[in-house]
Amino acid sequence: MKYVEEYRDGDAARTLAAAIARTVTRPWTIMEVCGGQTHSIIKYGVDTLLPPSLEIVHGPGCPVCVTPLELIDRAHAIALRPGVLFASFGDMLRVPGSRGDLLSARAAGADVRVLYSPLDALDLAVKNPEREVVFFAIGFETTAPANAMAVHLARKRGIKNFSVLVSHVLVPPAVEAILRAPDNRVQALLGPGHVCTVVGTAEYEPIARDHHIPVVITGFEPIDLLEGILLAVRQLEAGEARVDNQYSRAVRPEGNPASRQLLAEIFEVSDRKWRGLGEIPGSGYRLRDAYREFDAEQRFDLTTIETNESPICISGRILRGACKPTDCPAFGKACTPATPLGATMVSNEGACAAYYAYGRHLTGHLTPQDAA
Amino acid sequence: MISCPMPVSGYDRVVLGHGSGGRLSAELIQRVFLPALGNDILGALEDQATLPAIAGRIAVTTDAYVVRPIFFPGGDIGSLAVHGTVNDLAVGGAVPLHLTAAFILEEGLLLTDLERIVQSMRHACQACNIHVVAADTKVVERGKGDQIYITTTGVGLVPDGRVLSVHAAQPGDRIILSGTLGDHGIAVLSCREGLEFETKLASDSAPIIKLVEVLLAAAPRTRCMRDPTRGGLSSALHEIAAASGIGVELDESAIPIRDEVRGACEMLGLDPLYVANEGKLVAIVPEDEAQHTLAALRAHPQGQDAAIVGRVLAAPRGLVTLRSRIGGTRIVPLLAGEQLPRIC
Repeated sequence: MKYVEEYRDGDAARTLAAAIARTVTRPWTIMEVCGGQTHSIIKYGVDTLLPPSLEIVHGPGCPVCVTPLELIDRAHAIALRPGVLFASFGDMLRVPGSRGDLLSARAAGADVRVLYSPLDALDLAVKNPEREVVFFAIGFETTAPANAMAVHLARKRGIKNFSVLVSHVLVPPAVEAILRAPDNRVQALLGPGHVCTVVGTAEYEPIARDHHIPVVITGFEPIDLLEGILLAVRQLEAGEARVDNQYSRAVRPEGNPASRQLLAEIFEVSDRKWRGLGEIPGSGYRLRDAYREFDAEQRFDLTTIETNESPICISGRILRGACKPTDCPAFGKACTPATPLGATMVSNEGACAAYYAYGRHLTGHLTPQDAA
Repeated sequence: MISCPMPVSGYDRVVLGHGSGGRLSAELIQRVFLPALGNDILGALEDQATLPAIAGRIAVTTDAYVVRPIFFPGGDIGSLAVHGTVNDLAVGGAVPLHLTAAFILEEGLLLTDLERIVQSMRHACQACNIHVVAADTKVVERGKGDQIYITTTGVGLVPDGRVLSVHAAQPGDRIILSGTLGDHGIAVLSCREGLEFETKLASDSAPIIKLVEVLLAAAPRTRCMRDPTRGGLSSALHEIAAASGIGVELDESAIPIRDEVRGACEMLGLDPLYVANEGKLVAIVPEDEAQHTLAALRAHPQGQDAAIVGRVLAAPRGLVTLRSRIGGTRIVPLLAGEQLPRIC
């Protein structure tokens, strides 16, 4: 595949890894913010190419992982209502709520569909006028424009049997919360490339300045990640703290103005609870009053739901980069993708699931020498 | 007896009566099944097939087919039900001889679709030089099935001297894959509701009998073979690693994957190592037989993309690892559940 293969080239990777090794003179801790980056790092073994003094910790950028339990339980309750057709991105289906996951709701008779786009949910609403079609609108700034577009089109086309269960979260407030935490160890950030294609890079300037921390907006292929790490390490070693854009082939400083305008039309910033991180002011989106009729929480009475979080799961500390999945006593034992105790074990982009998927529960940290 | 005002052959869809064992059942057999699959043994319409004696070791396998959609680019549930079972015999070194088939039909299935499926089975059987010697049909109420399920059982003969065992892999052996990974799984996914994406990709559903013969002629000391169907290459290699108590190391850059499959997997958040194939062969062969076996496979039309994709290591025992394209290393674990497409 052109434009992708170049970013997976073995020679380029070795050159970058050597440059990183030459640059690093002391221990550093770098956090990749985005779950897609986490997945790629573990899938390609990017961290196995780095000098041991350079630690990569995994950030809060898995939208599935940080969706609060209350929302999962609400989704579960809505999906089980008669006449409801509940649609969601695939990896939300196995996220454990306090009453089970959406797969178990489906097994109990709920009509739960996996879709790749909220616009497909809109089509389902048109084709099934007697049903209430609900889309689980989760994600960061990356998925928000498509969900906003679905609501925009529902209004424009007069589609009344469509609503969204909104659980949108924003990256900068979560990163701020992590950097302010007393147990913070993060010294540089690999910024979320796809989020920045939508919103641009300006929001990361104050983070770099106020916390005196290098922020490198980074892509998702192994060469992107190695390059992002090299740029971050250079800043760290030089004592600098600015926003660099490694992912300039996709990210413009101003982002995508049309998407931003659509977001502003449909959503307003609100406080949001994050699974594992708690309530963070101004860290999410909710539908504006003018679009409240499409809010599934308004449409269905859901006042009596109580939630129960697993007492063993340490996903909150993992999402803050304070712990790694292998620090958890339940990891790979009581907690596996088949029996997840917390959301970081469910999504492909969750750190625990990525560690498990690529076998880190079996041998711990594999180095190239181990396998040679 | 009250005669039906409608001629039985007037139905254009399967009705419950087609499974009643009565006139409609008989008509379905006479009109649809016998013309396509008929032979002396099946045509005798006994409750059992009586087969001539087989001298040698007999291989038996059974498999259920529940694919949706039932017609997909490159095949359908009928040909798949023949190829899948024949291939399970072939990877054991067996020469396929007989097949049985059980059909579970959902009320409402178009008879023209059923005819098309059964005709497709006929062509597949001819290509594999195998006959359906016994068959059964049941009909379930609408909503209690997914159009059609087929279960086939295959019987084959393992020639004398052929010893293949999942326990036999040894350190130093090479892993040969006969062609590209993931074609079947992605071709089927590409026509699912809500997922339709444009691709010219066709399923690789095909018999691998001839490939097996080419491979065994070139590498007579072949340790074992698998057809990497459900669970993909990963599951096939895990079975071998566990049974033989060895490690398997894959070389990511050597694994043949079509651009369309790679692209679809990227888009859908799937890993081609876990996607199903229906016409591929993975074999563990001794190192000194690997290179000329690869050349022999590549000379066969079904083996043009064959590659040596990895090797057997003494350790870590029971694990499948992968050397990534950038030189990193990771473990390829068994799939926990079904692969779920990811959000973004």
